[in-house]
Amino acid sequence: MIQYDQLIFEISKPGRKGYRLPIDDFTGFEVSDLFPAELQREGKAELPEVAESQVVRHYTNLSNKNFGVDTGFYPLGSCTMKYNPKINDEIAGLSGFTCIHPLQPEESAQGALGLLYDLELKLAEITGMDAVSLQPAAGAHGELTGIMMVKAYHDARNDTKRTKIIVPDTAHGTNPATAAMVGFEIVEVPSDETGGVDVEALKAVLSDEIAGLMLTNPSTLGLFEKNIEEIAALIHGVGGLLYYDGANLNAVMGKSRPGDMGFDIVHLNLHKTMSTPHGGGGPGAGPVGVKQRVAEFLPKPVIVKEEDGYRFEYDRPLSIGKMKGFYGNFGVLVRAYTYILTMGAEGLKKASEMAVLNANYMQARLKEDYILPFDTICKHEFVLDGLKGMSEIEVTTLDVAKRLLDHGYHPPTIYFPLIVHNALMIEPTETESLETLDAFCDAMIEIAREAKESPELLKNAPMNTIIRRVDEVRAARKPILRWVKEENHG
Amino acid sequence: MKILEGLLYTKDHEWVRVEGNKAYIGISDYAQEAMGDIVYVELPELDEEFEQEDTLCAIESVKAANDIFLPIAGRVVEINEALEEEPEAVNEHPYENWIACVEMADQSQLKDLMNAGAYEEFIAEAEEE
Amino acid sequence: MFPYIPNTDEDVRVMFDRLGISDVDQLFSDIPESLRFKGLLAIGAPKSEIEIRNMMHELADQNLSGYGTSCFLGAGAYDHMVPAIISSLVQRSEFLTSYTPYQPEISQGTLQVIFEFQTMICELTGLAVSNASLYDGPSAAAEAAMMSAGVNKGNKILLSATLNPEVKEVVKTYMRFRSIEVVEIPEKDGHTDLEAMKEMLDSEAVAVMIQSPNFYGVVENLEGVSEAAHNQKAHFILMQDPISMAILKTPADWKADIAIGEGQPLGNTISFGGPHLGFIAVTKKLMRKLPGRIVGQTVDLDGKRAFTLTLQAREQHIRREKATSNICSNQAINALIATIYMATMGKEGLVEVAEQSAKRAAYLKKQLVATGKVKAVNNRPFFREFVVELPKPAKEVNQALLEKGIIGGYALSGKDENQMILCATEKRTKDEMDHLVRVMEAIL
Repeated sequence: MIQYDQLIFEISKPGRKGYRLPIDDFTGFEVSDLFPAELQREGKAELPEVAESQVVRHYTNLSNKNFGVDTGFYPLGSCTMKYNPKINDEIAGLSGFTCIHPLQPEESAQGALGLLYDLELKLAEITGMDAVSLQPAAGAHGELTGIMMVKAYHDARNDTKRTKIIVPDTAHGTNPATAAMVGFEIVEVPSDETGGVDVEALKAVLSDEIAGLMLTNPSTLGLFEKNIEEIAALIHGVGGLLYYDGANLNAVMGKSRPGDMGFDIVHLNLHKTMSTPHGGGGPGAGPVGVKQRVAEFLPKPVIVKEEDGYRFEYDRPLSIGKMKGFYGNFGVLVRAYTYILTMGAEGLKKASEMAVLNANYMQARLKEDYILPFDTICKHEFVLDGLKGMSEIEVTTLDVAKRLLDHGYHPPTIYFPLIVHNALMIEPTETESLETLDAFCDAMIEIAREAKESPELLKNAPMNTIIRRVDEVRAARKPILRWVKEENHG
Repeated sequence: MKILEGLLYTKDHEWVRVEGNKAYIGISDYAQEAMGDIVYVELPELDEEFEQEDTLCAIESVKAANDIFLPIAGRVVEINEALEEEPEAVNEHPYENWIACVEMADQSQLKDLMNAGAYEEFIAEAEEE
Repeated sequence: MFPYIPNTDEDVRVMFDRLGISDVDQLFSDIPESLRFKGLLAIGAPKSEIEIRNMMHELADQNLSGYGTSCFLGAGAYDHMVPAIISSLVQRSEFLTSYTPYQPEISQGTLQVIFEFQTMICELTGLAVSNASLYDGPSAAAEAAMMSAGVNKGNKILLSATLNPEVKEVVKTYMRFRSIEVVEIPEKDGHTDLEAMKEMLDSEAVAVMIQSPNFYGVVENLEGVSEAAHNQKAHFILMQDPISMAILKTPADWKADIAIGEGQPLGNTISFGGPHLGFIAVTKKLMRKLPGRIVGQTVDLDGKRAFTLTLQAREQHIRREKATSNICSNQAINALIATIYMATMGKEGLVEVAEQSAKRAAYLKKQLVATGKVKAVNNRPFFREFVVELPKPAKEVNQALLEKGIIGGYALSGKDENQMILCATEKRTKDEMDHLVRVMEAIL
């Protein structure tokens, strides 16, 4: 196939149109009369001029330069790249959901409100929490909402000396970034030799200045935090709250609930656990769930059910306020709701079981050729510390990842968590077949062999992709962040 | 790896060149090599005042951002604006391309710094670990 | 069997054998006994596709929507035309089922789309640098405020009274936790009181945030705002509707430092308020303070043009607690929609959409006022929305309109409870508008 290499601006030609609007028959209403000259724009925005057929071909060609879950195996650890069921998209596309206005009278949107209300109940049940808000737009947004609630909770009790949030060294980068946005000081605690939170180190930092602890369970190493009950008791003992980063919930649905583990606040990533498409980086949805004592701080409005139907309740004096416009990423929420209904209780449990089984199976197959720093049962993902004997052959984890591209796979998450220096974090999910898992493991083992016999294959990888490795230094030193007309390219 | 005689060094791998009451601050050859390709130097503002150990500015490589700590309290009197356009100069000649110059508030703070010999030992020890 | 889980009993047995286990629960033995969930979650049994479709259609049908309903409501979500090619192109699962483009070699599609999006936002706003999008307009406003609070010294931010209340609320939430005081600039006849603003500006202000066209649809004249803000070392943040930028002065024309806005009108369905997208663009000086993802152009090893995520040192996965923001995703699919929309409508089409919306709104206002039962609240230039005074509470009027299958305007409250903000886009036909006027005449 001929490689397509143009920007939409480069196929533009004056006079071409991709649209047709109704004939403008509003004579007597001239733009020049509506707006005085000092409010009008001089000159037009240089948007492209292309025909509809060209637009379709352009973006179809661009889509061919992408790799998605529908293209192939995408074991990106911590991101839960599971299959995105098509029925979810069909349902979310119904005009009864896409063509409703968030401010139209509540009685004319009872279907939408009822759906949201029931989704809240179901997410509360799955996580073991008492109340849920669907407002946050993404995982990091849910985190921000949750940590604001931690602050509001202590403030409401005039407990203002709590200025610190504890974050383990395996945490997602968003955890410390979020706590800092809310004005907390970050206290990092190390992991112990089993990959869990070092409980003695945790005890050493506890005081009445601790506002809370942020934890992912299973951790970013894919390991269940065995001491979670003790950790919860310790944090609660000094008056702090426990925050659950729900990025890894796909490991424990129907098997164990954050609420039962002692967490006070959780956020979920519906685009991970509940199968809604990641969309190349969004939209997601990051609902938060809370225990009763934190419920009054939830973002407003909340949905209440009354005799004559559902309505939004804005009178929430202790609420942290609004986190985004309207009520959340509704279209994403409809997809997640459809998924939960489709799977039911048995299905979600089975999903977690199979996700964990698949991960353990791959871990067992790969540990002969790759370093497994924590050789124990994993949950839905596991972390390898690069190739065995890698330092002698000067092949890096990045090289392994790039070589996987040549084998037709999306690489795992690399160099995260930070405590595993050559990390390859693999999360297969439950929606992959045994044949796929085996083929991927075969490729990884083949790459391990290539690394020893012909390392240049890894160093030069990828060779089979439409572009090769990119010059990131050049991109960052002399940033070109938009197209400009004059520019020529090779 | 080069270590220049006549400069003072910190444990965070900054160097200090003292000229009268002024101190020029840069990063060592060891530091630039560890950071890799430097893509941006965020300079402090002129006249800004700092305490000892304050974050003076940040240096970014593609995959990391490193804070530069000011080893001595002072007021910024010069900044090396050329680095805005050519951050790679720090990679190429780390000891020529200072980042900022401060007017020192308390020269006695200089005694906390290492000379070239001590810095060389410090790196050797760090490498062994 | 579940359709999304391919493992057969035989597959499971093969994996069990490899692991030397006989029961999947052995893989959960690391969960303390007391924390193992017993039984089944109370969320119902699995459902078939037929059952799901029946249930969900029933829910969708309970909402008043779609064709046959005239919507005169705007207030932050606008019923503009969505070209047919959008729903078709966004279902390309290479876009839809990929994630953040960390591996540029197999993500050039998403990366180039974002690069095109950034270019279009720069063209519309006139500013130098755009990011890959944010969650929505209100959260973009909050991120802009956070950015100003990070860059400038001071403890307060000035927000115009004429901002969309959703925006004010969200900015207030973020600022409360940043310990920045939010001070409201009063309005005068539906326009930011710029004299009052100048008096309120002092060295403690980190930014002035104004919306135009504002919540009432009024196009604000922002002459002198930038200078006044800069005199106090504060930023001028301008929230502006993207469609309006096709014909009205841009944030760059008003010398704003930061432009933000709600990108939903660019081809995104209203969808009960989300997912939409926020956009943010800044001057070159603020480039490295911009939150969120940014795509840049570079070359690959063979010298071929390529795109990649760049300026990542600002971001949470590298800077952790020192990051500009905690944001890690953007609204990539919504940005893709906006990009396809702007490509389809193009240089002329966006102007036409803007002009037709403005003219239809002007027509509707004129017809309503001509009934004698509705009064104009001000005579300022307006874009797509306008405020009218009714003889009774707007909420009651909306109820009456709803009975006729019409979704009325935004009902103001308090002392302005008789006022309504009505909206017309290029989609509202003359017949629909004339019908609204007749119904209003009858019920008032």
